[in-house]
Parts: sequence; C-alpha cells; structure tokens
Amino acid sequence: MSTTTEAPDTTTAAKPKLKTSAMIASFADPDQKTASAPFGHALVKAAQENDKIVGLTADLGKYTDMHIFAKAFPERFFQMGMAEQLLFGAAAGLAETGLVPFASTYSVFAARRAYDFLCLDAAEPNLNVNIVGGLPGLTTGYGPSHQATEDMAIFRGMPNLTIVDPCDSIDIEQAVPQLAASDGPTYLRLLRGNVPTVLDEYDYTFELGKAKVLRGGNDVVFISSGLMTMRALQAAKALAAHNVDAAVVHTPTIKPFDAATVLAEINTDRLAVTLENHSVVGGLFETVASAVVTAGVGKRVVPVALPDQFLDAGALPTLHDRYGLAVDRIVAKVLAELG
Amino acid sequence: MATDTVQFSADERQVATGVAQDRIVKISAAAYRIRHHALNMGEVQGQGYVGQALGAADMLATVYGDQLRFKAEDPHWEARDRFLLSTGHYAIGHYAALAEAGTVPVEELETYGSDDSRLPMSGMSTYTPGMEISGGSLGHGLTIAVGMALGLRFQGSSARVFNFLSDGELDEGSTWEAAMGAHHHQLGNLTAMVDINALQADGKTDTVLRTEPVTEKWESFGWYTQRVDGNDVAALLEAFDNAAAQAAAVGRPSVILCDTKVGRGVPLLENREKAHFMRIEEHEWQTCREQLTAGYEGKASA
Repeated sequence: MSTTTEAPDTTTAAKPKLKTSAMIASFADPDQKTASAPFGHALVKAAQENDKIVGLTADLGKYTDMHIFAKAFPERFFQMGMAEQLLFGAAAGLAETGLVPFASTYSVFAARRAYDFLCLDAAEPNLNVNIVGGLPGLTTGYGPSHQATEDMAIFRGMPNLTIVDPCDSIDIEQAVPQLAASDGPTYLRLLRGNVPTVLDEYDYTFELGKAKVLRGGNDVVFISSGLMTMRALQAAKALAAHNVDAAVVHTPTIKPFDAATVLAEINTDRLAVTLENHSVVGGLFETVASAVVTAGVGKRVVPVALPDQFLDAGALPTLHDRYGLAVDRIVAKVLAELG
Repeated sequence: MATDTVQFSADERQVATGVAQDRIVKISAAAYRIRHHALNMGEVQGQGYVGQALGAADMLATVYGDQLRFKAEDPHWEARDRFLLSTGHYAIGHYAALAEAGTVPVEELETYGSDDSRLPMSGMSTYTPGMEISGGSLGHGLTIAVGMALGLRFQGSSARVFNFLSDGELDEGSTWEAAMGAHHHQLGNLTAMVDINALQADGKTDTVLRTEPVTEKWESFGWYTQRVDGNDVAALLEAFDNAAAQAAAVGRPSVILCDTKVGRGVPLLENREKAHFMRIEEHEWQTCREQLTAGYEGKASA
C-alpha cells in the first residue's frame, strides 16, 4: 500500500506531488540522448594533450564530474577541502607557476563566496584559471542555498573573465580545450551527470566568443544560452504546429558577447525573445538589451528568464514550469506575444 | 606538539648560536638602509605606512639579504624563491627591500605613490618587478602561496615560497583555510612569516579580534612553529635557518611568528600613539632620519 504523498488539494483529482529529487536533478527528458560526465571526460582528453592542465575541487569532485579527471590523473589533481577561498587562491598560485588549473565547486560558492579571490588573484593578473561551477541557474530543487540564479550577474562585472553557458554535452566537450587554450580566466556553467546531447543534430561547432544560428525562422527569433537553447529548439518545433516559424540563435559565450551576430538577427521584424537559465537581472537578457541600446536599435526584446526573487524548493520539472522555463510556458508566452 | 615550537627568551637571543656575527652585521646594515628608504618615501608622499615598514624592516632585510634565492636583474627567473607580500599596504617596506636587493633602482623610490609610478601605494604584481602577487585584500596571500608551492613541487622545482602576512590577517578565515591546506598537502617548501605588531586598522589587535594564543594555533594546524623578536636580527636569522634546515618538498610547512614594534628604530615614532596610518608632520622627517642614524651608529659601534 502506497504511503507516498498525496495532494492535499482536493479541488483537482488527487495526484501525487512530485518530490525534490537528489541534489543534482537531471533536466534531460525521458528517452533523450545523453552523454555521461562530458566535462570530466573532456578534461581528461585535454589533459592528455596539454601536460600543464591540473584539476582542483573543494570537496565536490563527484558532483562536478572532476572525479573522472582525478581518477585518470591522480598526481595532477588537488583536493582543497570545503574551502572555496583556498580553492581559487591556490588555483591562482598554480597558474602563477605556469600550470592551467580547472577548479570546480558549485556556482553559488564560486560566485558568492570566493568572488574576491577570483577577482584579485586570478582576473586582475589575467591568469589562466578556469572556474567550473556546478548547478548554474535553476538546476537543483534544493532552494536558494544551491540555486545560482544570479551567477552571471555577479561574474559579468569582473574584468578579463570569459563566461561560457553551454547547452549540452557537445558544447562542453568542445569548450573545454578552448578554455584551456585561452589565456585569461574563464567561468564554465557546468552541466554534469547525464547531460543531454542536442547540438549534434545541427550544423554546429562551439567557438569561444561566437554566437551561432542553429535554425532560421520567419516569425520569431530566439536568442538563447545554456540549457535554454535546448528548450528554445524544442519550443521552435512545438510552435511549428501553430504555424509559427521560429529561429534559434545560440550564444554560449556570454562574455565577451558576440553582439554583431546577435544584433544582425534581432534587427528584423521578427519577435525577439531571449531565453536563459538565470535571473532576468544581469544575465543574457540584459547583455542583449545593452547591445541593442548601444547600437541604437529600436527593438523590443522579450525575456524568458527566472524572476528576480529567491526561488522555491521542489522538483525540477515543477519549478521549471512554475518559473517559465518549461517548453509549454515558452510556447504560450510566444503565442501571447504574437497575439 | 610543544617540541615543535622554538621560543627564544631575551637571554637566549643574545647568545643565539650558530649565527655568525658578520651575517648579523650585514643584515642589520641592510635593515638600516631599508628604514632609511622608507622614511624618504614617506616624506615624498607626505604619508604612508611608514610605521609598518620600520617595524618589518628586519624581517624584510633577513629574507631578502640572507634567505631568498633570486636574480635581481631577472625577476622572472624560473628557479627563484617566491616572496609573496600579502599585506599590500606594506609595499613601502617591500619597495625599500627590492631597492636594497637591486631589483628596483634606489632613485625610483621617490616615485612611490605618484601617478604613473611602478610603485603604487598598495603592492601589485602587474606594476612592480619582483612583486609576485597583488596583495591588499587581506587574507589572500597564503592561499596563493599554497597553490604556488603545490605548482612548484609538482613541476620538480626546489624553489621555496615565503609568504609575508600580518597578525591582522589572522582574523581572516581564508588564512586558516590555507593553513589547513598547506599542512594537508605537506608543503615543506612553504614558509609563512607573520608580522605581529599587535595593531590593526581599528586599534590594538587584542581589542579588535583576539588572535592569541597565536603560537598554539599554528602548532595545532600542524606547522613547524617558531616565535621570535622580529626586530632582533640574530634571532630572525636563527629562526630562518631552522626553517630552511627542515624545508623539504614533502614535509611540514613552517611559520615564523615575529613580534615587532611599529616605528622601530625611530624613537619619535616608537613612542607616538600607535596608529595604523601614522601621521608625521613635515618638519619631523629629518628628525626621524637623524634618530634612525644615531640609533644604528650607536648600536654598530657598541
């Protein structure tokens, strides 16, 4: 006999409420093609070709896929303990000796807790320190302690820092060697575990600093980053059933931003929508908005983003629906905008 | 482990064994010149952390004049020992030491704190040759030092890492994260030197945030811990010798806790009410220099 939670709400048919899953919930759809720990495997591959690469973590190796690297290169992996200031100060010190560190923790701890160390020890001297942040945006149901809804807003103000918000396993696999090869500090919004593989269906390769048009469309143009590019592609397919033709422009590099490519796509008669797994404050929407205003383009831009508030705890599908990141909510918003 | 701690009493210091007199004379002379440079820089700027520079001059003279392996003309020499100034505001003293070392020309010191100078008020690696890190946001130095020590060891270098920090920085949690990390990774190539002048921005350290017992704290973190009079060159040399003797690629990190006196060497400033940012009137700079010289020459001829 089941004793699982039943909805106390009696106005609708009794339906079990979803539960908050493990810390790191997968956002992959059922039956979706995925790749396991793409970051960890990509780092191992990059390290086989570049003997300067080292890995660090702050007691979150298993949860940031760094354990794959640690197992492959135990002598090149440094466990720093649950001490994020040490993690990034030491990463800067390692870079000072000519090494190329990738240092992982959750995004909330990198952005909120260790900012001063990243800013002054890594970014000011423009060192090749690569920050790997797990649980970016709304990718856990654990609530505000673990939901890095404002990480890009925090990091965008840091001079010299490159910010990458990958969509899927393809993006991550291709980004890692490019992050290692770029001189200054970088921040990767990590997707870990079984990560969807999406972009292999498109004529696409990741290029640091470049936005790419994944599909054309006459009525709507989606400008998206991170896992919201996956949702934008799904929404575009769903909108076709409503005779709405949507283009998708993927801009995985948030900073430096490829304004030229994005502005060329926005400066048309189409409805322009930004989509990001981040607060509406300080992320992709405002990056695009500032590019639009700076260029003098008189164009309305509609944001799909997380609200400027501390989010609820709960099951990820529930929360993505509640805060408008789910495909159905995107489709409804676009249809409403088109009237 | 009490046996790990070497505490020198006043008597023991006077008979500090194993330190040849010529080393003491040489380093005392270097410390005198560093103090002199610091007063000159302070006068040009009209202000500055002169009190700290005077207090730390013996530590700086010892490490630059006796311990560090470096090439003055090649500050990026790969095999060099690293000296990390965590307390950015001590830059005035560090520049004086870099001038004494020959890395920065003495005549350049007068540009200290001026627009377009390579010698800004707060030390920055991007400005000054021989400045390994940008200090100033306190509590950073030891975390970077841990990474450098790991990185050097990993690459087979025998270079050592020295991190200069202040007792005020012991307030910062990050210092203790790094203290644990250095012990965990057995960074025997790392030496911390703590200037304990018992003063920080808002007043005396024991009224701001009590850090004592400092010796026991470092011991309990697993460090080879020594505490000395940081204005006693013989004691400093012996402590640094001890640290060097047990330095190893894999081993305990070492810390030398140095009790110093703000304004040391200039009685006018030693006896002034202690302040983080000591005010010195325009007419007083010459008096300071004269007192410094009189004290040094008096001691040297004694």
